[in-house]
Amino acid sequence: MATERIIIAVLYVLLAPFVIGLLDGFDRKISARMQGRRGPSVLQPFFDLKKLFEKEFLTANKAQLFMIRSYLVFIVLSGVLFFGGFDILLVVFSLSTAAMFLILASTSTHSPYSAQGTHRELVQIMSCEPMELLVAVGFYLAIGTFNVNEIIKTSISPIAYLPGFFVGFVFILTIKFRKSPFDIATSHHAHQEVIKGVTSEMVGKEYGMVTLAEWYENAILLGIVGLFFLNSNPVSIVCAIIAILVVWFLEILIDNTSARVKWQLMLKLAWGVTIVAAGMNLLLLEIIRG
Amino acid sequence: MSTIHKSPWLLHYDGSSCNGCDIEVLACTTPVYDVERFGVINTGNPMHADIFLITGGINSQNEAVVKQIYEQMPQPKVVIAVGTCACTGGIFKECYNIKGGADTVIPVDIYVPGCAARPESIIDGVVKGIALFKEKAAALKASENAN
Ligand code: SF4
Repeated sequence: MATERIIIAVLYVLLAPFVIGLLDGFDRKISARMQGRRGPSVLQPFFDLKKLFEKEFLTANKAQLFMIRSYLVFIVLSGVLFFGGFDILLVVFSLSTAAMFLILASTSTHSPYSAQGTHRELVQIMSCEPMELLVAVGFYLAIGTFNVNEIIKTSISPIAYLPGFFVGFVFILTIKFRKSPFDIATSHHAHQEVIKGVTSEMVGKEYGMVTLAEWYENAILLGIVGLFFLNSNPVSIVCAIIAILVVWFLEILIDNTSARVKWQLMLKLAWGVTIVAAGMNLLLLEIIRG
Repeated sequence: MSTIHKSPWLLHYDGSSCNGCDIEVLACTTPVYDVERFGVINTGNPMHADIFLITGGINSQNEAVVKQIYEQMPQPKVVIAVGTCACTGGIFKECYNIKGGADTVIPVDIYVPGCAARPESIIDGVVKGIALFKEKAAALKASENAN
């Protein structure tokens, strides 16, 4: 069992960038088709990433590179904890630590665009954090453990107890994936009023590492989506993969059909959904258990 | 093998253009012309850009801006002057505040003539610029090895 967990964690480190990079490529292709364009090759994200590592490295502050390396390391660590089957609460905390390094990196230069982007990034973190923590709590209340390794061994998929938590989590995924209408801190698309926000001052390999870290993080988030559907029956793995693909497609659809909102509305919406969906679910769980 | 020619990100700067060329540049990103199929992204950030696409001539106010944008772009980079104004100063050449084309302040690699330059010729210029990247990336590597 222990070796199995180690193998999955190692596979995560090796394969996550390829899988998420490819999903990203299909994302751009599907988005282009939705807009009536041909779109780039599905391998485009890999070309972009390789190019970033080949560009000349200019930086206003050497400390930035260290912060970004730490950001990447902590994201990968969170993923290893998650896919290795450790405590999901630990994963959430480790992700927050990683986010702190991104903030430190973007504030280490004096660009006004970075500063504005950082402010918005903090608001985004504030919008998502309650729901992320509640998801961990939800798994504990439903299954009786924080350990991912034990959560996947239940007889009934956690989604049966946690539909509200699932809705809340999918909602904040739009913020986490930096998709419209919540792509306010930085965006994958051009022409944003804060240029590239948080990543404005990150050049060449720095931006490459941030992209890579985002891919690793997205793998964890999609993994949590899958965790809602897993149980001791191996067939549930298929359900989990289908659920992940459906959620992923939904995000693309939302991205292409909505316009960016202001941060005030984002915060209200995210907390509103968290309180209503996850709160109601929490209450019902308590009543059933009590 | 470098992949820069497969993902040239573009920065569009409007000098003292009449906006005619800029509308044509934006037309390139619409579904009809779709430059993204070549991996081109229109980024607003010089630090992420590979191609500096400039429309309109240089005047005494934007001279410093153009120089700064050019310097903020990491190597390898390609500069494309789009429209007669950016190539030579064009119809505004004789104006008291115009210094001339983009090449009066920064080195220009590709000239795309036309008033306004057609989207087809802009894409042609970008594709020529992409071809230049292979050479530039190799030269950069050689100079890095020499150091
Ligand atoms: S070349 Fe013609 S269309 Fe283009 S900016 Fe100059 S005057 Fe306008």
